[in-house]
Amino acid sequence: MADAPQIPDETEVRARWGDFEWTPANAIKAKTFIARYPAGRQQSAVMALLDLAQRQVGAETQTQGWLPVPVIEYVAAQLDMPYMRAYEVVTFYTMYNLAPVGRYHVQVCGTTPCMLRGSDDVLAACKNKGLIKGHTTPDGLFTLTEVECLGACANAPMVQINDDNFEDLDYDKTTAILDALTAGEKPHIGPQIDRQTSCPEGGPTTLKEMVSANHDYRGEW
Amino acid sequence: MLADKDRIFTNLYGFQDWGLDGALKRGDWDDTKGLMARGQDAIIDEIKASGLRGRGGAGFPTGMKWSFMPKESKDGRPSFLVINADESEPGSCKDREIIRHDPHKLVEGALIAGYAMRARAAYIYIRGEYIYEAKILEAAVAQAYDKGLVGKNASGSGYDFDVFVHRGAGAYICGEETAMIESLEGKKGQPRLKPPFPAGAGLYGCPTTVNNVESIAVAPTILRRGAAWFASFGREGNKGTKLFQISGHVNKPCVVEDVMGLTFKELIDTHCGGIRGGWDNLLAVIPGGSSVPLVPAAQIMDAPMDFDGLKAVGSGLGTAAVIVMDKSTDIVRAISRLSYFYKHESCGQCTPCREGTGWMWRVMERLRTGEADISEIDMLQDLTKQVEGHTICALGDAAAWPIQGLIRHFRPEIERRIHENQGPAPVMEAAE
Repeated sequence: MADAPQIPDETEVRARWGDFEWTPANAIKAKTFIARYPAGRQQSAVMALLDLAQRQVGAETQTQGWLPVPVIEYVAAQLDMPYMRAYEVVTFYTMYNLAPVGRYHVQVCGTTPCMLRGSDDVLAACKNKGLIKGHTTPDGLFTLTEVECLGACANAPMVQINDDNFEDLDYDKTTAILDALTAGEKPHIGPQIDRQTSCPEGGPTTLKEMVSANHDYRGEW
Repeated sequence: MLADKDRIFTNLYGFQDWGLDGALKRGDWDDTKGLMARGQDAIIDEIKASGLRGRGGAGFPTGMKWSFMPKESKDGRPSFLVINADESEPGSCKDREIIRHDPHKLVEGALIAGYAMRARAAYIYIRGEYIYEAKILEAAVAQAYDKGLVGKNASGSGYDFDVFVHRGAGAYICGEETAMIESLEGKKGQPRLKPPFPAGAGLYGCPTTVNNVESIAVAPTILRRGAAWFASFGREGNKGTKLFQISGHVNKPCVVEDVMGLTFKELIDTHCGGIRGGWDNLLAVIPGGSSVPLVPAAQIMDAPMDFDGLKAVGSGLGTAAVIVMDKSTDIVRAISRLSYFYKHESCGQCTPCREGTGWMWRVMERLRTGEADISEIDMLQDLTKQVEGHTICALGDAAAWPIQGLIRHFRPEIERRIHENQGPAPVMEAAE
């Protein structure tokens, strides 16, 4: 359990987050999420609402956000479900943070496809910048987590930092991204080499007409 | 190689607009009303005739799956279509490309498939980490609603059909169909016992079909071009085109659409610029995502990349996520990392899997460093057999197979590490 999150003291958390409620914009969003499910099945919206709450906490704390207990209680009450059912969901899914994280949540994929392409180097670059797995840097800027496959294997190795994917990395490129974030810049999102998404490097082997124009192939059927 | 005109996903790399205008120009939403006017049974028959097998890994015939849904609701329960976009199998990254670059193929497919199986609505369950992709998908759905393509009187067909996007939050197990249904209901994603099967009682207790993104997204094109066109590709029982996702030690990893049943060598030479360091440098390949056993170089080279071709070499097509490993790979570590993945992703419901995945990983780590006894190889093999087939869902099997594949093909390598770690055997003195 060494990598279990250090859940903060409850009294402090209640004092800080006890009066959590949606911002007006998020209240509207929450309604649209609930409306996606049949009447009486509002519990289905719990994942969307927890994500929304985490983002709101993040916006207030200038981090990726996390889910304090009073916030989970608030979401559960909104959906008319027991707190424990909502807490269960929070603990089951990895994207909900049970403890505060830094401004940037650096999630390095370490599963085999990324490992084969050099995720060790990515982790080494993070380590060299003072990031330790499962911890937040003292300046509160970075939290490092090694995550499981994020589904960008043709662009391995990759890292997801908050909402953004950085792909086709190596040691130097990872360092450059972390440096840019430290300096308050916005590094280029997506593949870090000269490559269009998951297209082979150096240009496509198929569908070459599509590069320059939105080709309609129906005439050739 | 497949001709460009026969590719279904023409905007695979996102060079062009993913939005409705771009999609219309590429031929999506072209007379969808006419396709639906053929009638529900005709659509299902066409999909059956095309030989399309589910693209999510199991390869179950898609048309047959649709036909299991009730033709009429006797008790007033609606039917649902759930589209599995929880792409989490290590190696897989095809649904992501469909969703972010050709989302309208999926939305149109949802309407047609939903109509054919008489569903009221489709829920597209997209994995939580696909944040950018989910935004695009939601925008595409909104565009379709705006133009009346889905919703009330969808595409002018007189049929009411809703499409909703549901975002996950990071759990591999939610890719299992009943776990996905649980998750959609707002619970922990722990798989349900079957029966009842989802076609009888699925989402909210209503008849439900769960289909992979790719299976749904190819349906409109199959209907437009005809079952015979789709069936003209590939071998018997393995028809059609497929998105292959090649990762690992190739010169140019990529996602590409090609015919089913082309050989591994063709696939790599045509699209990936060959193996890193040349073909002699190839060690092994995991041809269908992390859950299928690896295949050594000599056997995979000329194997046809389809369901039966890979079954014949003791593996499977899975999601066609091809993970290539060259001779620089620490093969035991590569598989051990997968064991860690399954340990991390076990939902904790069934004891053999919850405990077994942890045991398997720990023994694998010992074998990786060689700090083990030779007998532990057989013990591990035995352990995998105790997990396999003893769990509610297939995650236990998926955790067992890569290890079984490793022991089957690389036992000498594991033994070498153990011997090396133990040092040279003590010199026996001859009896006086």
